[in-house]
Amino acid sequence: MNLPEQSSTHSARLAVELVRLRRDYVVRSPVAGSRRRRRQVVRAVDDVTLRIDRGETVGFVGANGAGKSTTIKMMTGILQPTSGAVRVLGRDPVPERRHLAREIGVVFGQRSQLWWDLPLRDSYRILGAMHRLTDRAREQRLERLAAGLDLGGFLDRPVRQLSLGQRMRGEVAAALLHSPELVVLDEPTIGLDMVSKEGLRRFLREDRAERGTTLFLTTHDMGDVERLCNRIVVVNSGTVAYDGALDSFRERLGAPRELVVDLEEPLDVLTLPTAAHTLAVEAGGIRHRIAFSGAELTVPTLLTAIGSQAAVRDLSLSEPAIEDLVRQIYSRGGRL
Amino acid sequence: MVRTLYGSRIRSQATFRTSFLADLLGQLLVVSTEFLELWVILTQVSTLGGMTLTQVAVVYGLGALAFGIGDILFGEIDGLSTQIKSGKLETLLIRPVPVLLQISSLDLSLRRIGRIVVGLAMYVTALVLAGFQPTAATLLLAVLAPLAGALLFGALFTVAGALQFWLVDGREFANAFTYGGNYVATTPGAVFALPLRAFFTFVIPATLIAYAPTLTLLELPGPALIPAWAGWLGLPAAIVAWLLAGLLWRAGIRRYTGAGG
Ligand SMILES: Nc1ncnc2c1ncn2[C@@H]1O[C@H](COP(=O)(O)OP(=O)(O)OP(=O)(O)O)[C@@H](O)[C@H]1O
Ligand SMILES: [Mg+2]
Repeated sequence: MNLPEQSSTHSARLAVELVRLRRDYVVRSPVAGSRRRRRQVVRAVDDVTLRIDRGETVGFVGANGAGKSTTIKMMTGILQPTSGAVRVLGRDPVPERRHLAREIGVVFGQRSQLWWDLPLRDSYRILGAMHRLTDRAREQRLERLAAGLDLGGFLDRPVRQLSLGQRMRGEVAAALLHSPELVVLDEPTIGLDMVSKEGLRRFLREDRAERGTTLFLTTHDMGDVERLCNRIVVVNSGTVAYDGALDSFRERLGAPRELVVDLEEPLDVLTLPTAAHTLAVEAGGIRHRIAFSGAELTVPTLLTAIGSQAAVRDLSLSEPAIEDLVRQIYSRGGRL
Repeated sequence: MVRTLYGSRIRSQATFRTSFLADLLGQLLVVSTEFLELWVILTQVSTLGGMTLTQVAVVYGLGALAFGIGDILFGEIDGLSTQIKSGKLETLLIRPVPVLLQISSLDLSLRRIGRIVVGLAMYVTALVLAGFQPTAATLLLAVLAPLAGALLFGALFTVAGALQFWLVDGREFANAFTYGGNYVATTPGAVFALPLRAFFTFVIPATLIAYAPTLTLLELPGPALIPAWAGWLGLPAAIVAWLLAGLLWRAGIRRYTGAGG
């Protein structure tokens, strides 16, 4: 990555620096038979230390309630940490929240930041004004986003009429409109079908390749991490359980994708590329279960290899559930 | 940017024309009914707080006009608890624009224009009927008073909204606050007993919105605690109120980032 030297200090070159970050929520729950409420402290983030260089792409995964969204809220200045330090793009997020907002783009998959009653295009006009983009700069950027995210068909429709997938693409465009240096996505592919997911991932890769942004995303979909990230961080109960390159993560945990093909004619052995191997042959040679590494081998390449040996009647593909991988890590106590 | 924000709200309202008209008529009805109540009282007692019907109409019209403008610009702020509960506030916090400005432009309800229209008509008509003798100074006050009043109401809305950072179910409370303020503002201040009058002049300066300026404009003697020149206090009071409201709002945001909803 060709990044200009920002500053002499190391921490200014980091996109994100979290040191011993902790966050408690105080919850007051009613007690049966009493008018007083019980005060309870929920520790959402316990001890997270994480340094992300500019230009890195990090997948931040973990079970429900592990503390991912809370961490993101502390990174974006929405929440003050209970203890520990946060620096994002060299800034302290809470006091410098509005400055930081100019430099980062955030998508909360569960919430919309678009204007519900307005045509989608108008949301970008408003956001452009908020980010002080000139009309020309905004239109140029929007053109690029509309082409990459395929928004053209519904730019003039009110947001409330959009399907979930269309709206989510609109949300991503809203977060990227001001060309942020750091892109933070909290479950950007939630509720999307495979085609929409792939489209979104493809554009995020393109945009990153063009602008060299830093990407930080949480997801429950291993496919997102596989396609978008080169580093994976697993959180468990508010602490970092694993932090490392995606490649080694995948290697240690074995090839996580599985392809099942049914052949027209029985065949005992299929010769496969090195990144794939046969798990099982069933139904007298008709059904083959093949495990392969999604990073080293694409499905079309694999199918071409199989197709040259036998005719394929039917096939199915299973994405590895990120929960399974995370569970493996949890069960090993965080060590691989 | 401010223009884009508010402008887009107007556009989104224009897309619902029929409901807009219905709302507008509803508003006209509400305002007229409120004034009718005052009128009924006046037929019984002939003067209210030492004021005749036309003079009361000036107070009422000015109060309604100020409230109308304040409501259309800042009326959404007292719905803050809804924004907090739905998580909408989080999406406002990740933008480089003050949250207060974003919320106030969030739902610029044009139907609220009804109150402004009625208020303005009543204010101007009643002023003329009450024998308003404009000088350069009083003409200036006549124009300034609704704007200062709107600012005061805006500050009141902001305080009511900011309190919801602490009282998450605070919408009812906030409504009592703001609509109560509106009631006081549109009523001649002399009808209130002295302690109440002091409260609504110095603590929540609602009498300074319409009653005090009316006294000054029509050169009427004021009751105890509200001298005739108090009509000029609207703007300074609005500035003080906004300073306080701004501080409270900032404290509220800080409380939110500390507690997280
Ligand atoms: N506003 C809040 N008040 C109290 N507790 C909260 C609040 N927000 C989150 N929590 C708790 O903090 C913990 C972490 O929540 P968080 O939303 O960060 O998890 P997450 O990793 O994003 O989970 P998910 O995958 O379900 O989105 C959970 O136990 C949750 O119940
Ligand atoms: Mg979450």
